[in-house]
Amino acid sequence: MSSMFSLSDVTVCYDNVEAVRNVSLSVEEGQIVTVIGPNGAGKTTLLMAAIGLLSSKGRMVFQGSEIGRMSVEDRVERRLCLVPEKRELFSDMSVADNLLLGSYSLRDRSGVQKTLDEVYDRFPRLRERQRQAAGTLSGGERQMLALGRALMAKPKLLMLDEPSLGLAPLIVREIFRTIASLRDLGVSILLVEQNARAALETADYGYVLETGEIVQSGPAKDLIHDPRLITAYLGGH
Amino acid sequence: MTSDIAAILAIDGIATGAIYALVAIGTVLIFTVTRVVFIPFGDIAAFTALTLAALDAKRFPGTGALVVVLACLATVIEVGSLARSGELRLAPRALLFYLVLPLAVVGCAWLATRMDPPLAVRLMLALMLITPISPLLDRIVFRPIADGTVLLLLTVSVALHFALVGLGLLFFGPEGVRTEPLTSLSMEFAGVLISGQTMLIVIAALVFSGLLYLFFDFTLVGKSLRATAVNRTGSRLMGIRPARAGTIAYLLGSLMAGVSGILIAPVNTVFYDSGFLIGLKAFVGAIVGGMTSYPGAAIGAVGVGILESFASFESSALKDVIVFSLLIPILIWRSLASLHSEEEIEE
Repeated sequence: MSSMFSLSDVTVCYDNVEAVRNVSLSVEEGQIVTVIGPNGAGKTTLLMAAIGLLSSKGRMVFQGSEIGRMSVEDRVERRLCLVPEKRELFSDMSVADNLLLGSYSLRDRSGVQKTLDEVYDRFPRLRERQRQAAGTLSGGERQMLALGRALMAKPKLLMLDEPSLGLAPLIVREIFRTIASLRDLGVSILLVEQNARAALETADYGYVLETGEIVQSGPAKDLIHDPRLITAYLGGH
Repeated sequence: MTSDIAAILAIDGIATGAIYALVAIGTVLIFTVTRVVFIPFGDIAAFTALTLAALDAKRFPGTGALVVVLACLATVIEVGSLARSGELRLAPRALLFYLVLPLAVVGCAWLATRMDPPLAVRLMLALMLITPISPLLDRIVFRPIADGTVLLLLTVSVALHFALVGLGLLFFGPEGVRTEPLTSLSMEFAGVLISGQTMLIVIAALVFSGLLYLFFDFTLVGKSLRATAVNRTGSRLMGIRPARAGTIAYLLGSLMAGVSGILIAPVNTVFYDSGFLIGLKAFVGAIVGGMTSYPGAAIGAVGVGILESFASFESSALKDVIVFSLLIPILIWRSLASLHSEEEIEE
């Protein structure tokens, strides 16, 4: 199986300080891949570089094309999408407008209404609140809107940065259920999470990022039983 | 002051304020989308009046030469930047937008000076000649420093205004112009005579504000502009290109400034440097609205117009002093009401 998305020796610097160093990883078609690691390991930096918001060295290949020098907008047009940690919603605009703008990069507009209905079916709460300003939503609803907005672009690879951050446990479970169900839509997912257990339970494959470097990788079902990871990230269970 | 005089001054103020409102709305539009306080907006309004006067006199307007120079410069810069980023395949589109379209408009204007087109065509041509100027200036001046601070962009904007005033003198000469009123109708309302031109100004301001509202609320492009204004990173993640949103904002803003220039030309004598005061007073109106609210900017601009009208009755020499003094309490109030606007802008 050829990789849908691969990073080879990617290095990202902030003012001469290497925040991510020689990272290589790949995501296969239809796979959920997670990158776990402690706070400050460089997980968010890696995703920011992957979408083009930060410049990087190394190779980035998405669906056979080198995308390392492409602009953010060109990557989005190729259906590589990011739901960032801060969500980056349009807070003054309605839920419906936020979702509609998610489809901005689609040239073929004929399926937009159908996708919108699918997103509303997936997140009925958003349908109830479609006229409400995004800034007035609760944390869980904001995350649903961020996910729904990304789905409006019909992504081939969806990158999620800490989707569980700051959410109540019940909502976290719902969000991870949704992420797992996206696989059925044929969306590949690169999931960056501090909640290592939930991430590994959802993912097919995992990487462990520490101080900017990949220190371990393997099938998620193996990593979840790895003694070192259990001590470091999985709460000793 | 009798109530009759007060009514006349109020109507006069509303008409002047409506002109400022058009420019103020354009200023807010460009600021929210690009973070540039576009000081030369008033110059664009004045240049439109001068362009229309030249077309009325069957002279080729100086705007034509200005557009040609700017189009050539912008094309060289755009193609150079495409070559550097290895995207020369996009060059034909760049040539179309930055060279062919502006030159086609200039060509039409040149042809018009050879014929005797009706007023509606001359108005259209004046607007078409003026609208490319701001997007071209954006490409030449602001795009290379788009990531700079608001203060840097403002400083460059002020410098650009002075450059444009100089070019205005070069292309239009020092004489002032006053065009024919667009209508000779007049009507009496509550005992006060209102000229058709005054009504036209207010109606145009209302119509264009309404159209802008519809554009922002009911079109995807309008929504993408609002999104860029609200959250630049978020909009980029949706595939909305800030540079393209900026170009659309400049085009729309120029159109608003152009319309205000056409409306003001029959009421006031317009010189090559008259734009500064128009732009500055519109800017005061926009600040009243906090630089981010369209209704706020429009209300603020009408307020400035009314204040100016009454101030000029009380003391013609001090009217500008009174209007600009208004800024001080407003800025104090704004800075007390909002403690974090600068940080928000920087984001």
